[in-house]
Amino acid sequence: MTSIWIMIAALALSTAGLKVAGPLALGGRPLPARALDVVELLASALLAALVVVETFGKGGSLTLDARVLGAAFAAVAVWRRAPMIVVVLGAAAVTALARLAF
Amino acid sequence: MFAISVSFGVLARPVMGPVAPIVMSIFVFSGAAQFGALAVLLAGGSTAAAIAAGVLLNARYLAMGLALAPSLRGRAPSRAAFAMTTVDASWAAASRGDGTFDPWYMVGVSTPQYAGWVLGTVVGVLIGSRLGDPNALGLDALFPAFFIALLFEEARGRRRLVAAGGGAGIALVLTPIVPAGLPILAAAAAAVAAARRRS
Repeated sequence: MTSIWIMIAALALSTAGLKVAGPLALGGRPLPARALDVVELLASALLAALVVVETFGKGGSLTLDARVLGAAFAAVAVWRRAPMIVVVLGAAAVTALARLAF
Repeated sequence: MFAISVSFGVLARPVMGPVAPIVMSIFVFSGAAQFGALAVLLAGGSTAAAIAAGVLLNARYLAMGLALAPSLRGRAPSRAAFAMTTVDASWAAASRGDGTFDPWYMVGVSTPQYAGWVLGTVVGVLIGSRLGDPNALGLDALFPAFFIALLFEEARGRRRLVAAGGGAGIALVLTPIVPAGLPILAAAAAAVAAARRRS
C-alpha cells in the first residue's frame, strides 16, 4: 500500500505544480499574440484527443467495443443540448445494454 | 461530475482500498489523472508508470495555466490560489472566448465540483461493493461522454474545429504506438498547426 500513497503524493504535488507554473512564471504579463493563439486552441485539440483515447483506446491499442455506442449516444445528447446527467447516465446505460446484447 | 466521481470510487476501491481513493480525490482532484493512473494500475502497470500517466495526462494544466495567466492579477499567492482551482470544466466555462478568463467565475464553478468530486468518491467507495461489475454497468463510458460534452462547448469556430480534428487524428495514430498519455500531449501539435491558419 505504500506505493499507492507515493503515487497519490506525487500526483497531488505535480498537479499543483502544473497548475500554478504558468501564472507564477508569467506574473500576469500578456502573452505574445501567436502564443495566445496556440493556447486558445490547445483545449480543443487536447479534449478531442481525450475523446478518442477514452472511446477507442484500450491498453495501448485501438478497439471497437460497447463504449463506442455509449459515446455516440453522448454526442447526440450533447448536440441536442440534453442535461449533463442525461448525457452520462444515458451513455452508461447504452454501453451496459450493448454489453448485455452482444 | 458526481456520477464520474462515484464511478471513480467504485473502480478504485478494489485496487487502492477504502481510504486512498478518497484521499486522492481530496488532494489530486483531477478526473483524467485519477482515472489514468487507476487504469495503469488495473492493467498491471508499476507505480512509476501510473504516476507518469497521471503527470502526462495533467500536463495540459501547464498549457491551461499559461492561457489563464494573463487574466490573473495580484500577488503571487493570490495568483497561485486562483490557478489551483483550475479544472477542465471550470476553465472552459470561465473562458470568455477571446483568450481571457473570468477567475472568480472559475472558482464558482470549481467549488461545487470539488465538493461533488470528494463526496461522490466517498459514495462510490461505500456503495461500490453492492454495485457489481462497473463495466457491466457501462461506467467506463462516462469518460468519453464527459469529454465530448466539454469538447462541444469548447470547439466553436473554424480554427478550434481544425485543432480538434487534428488532435483527434494524432491521438488515433499515436495510441497504438506510444505509451498511454503521450497521444494526448502530442495533440498539442494540432493546436500549434491550427494557430498558423489565418481565420
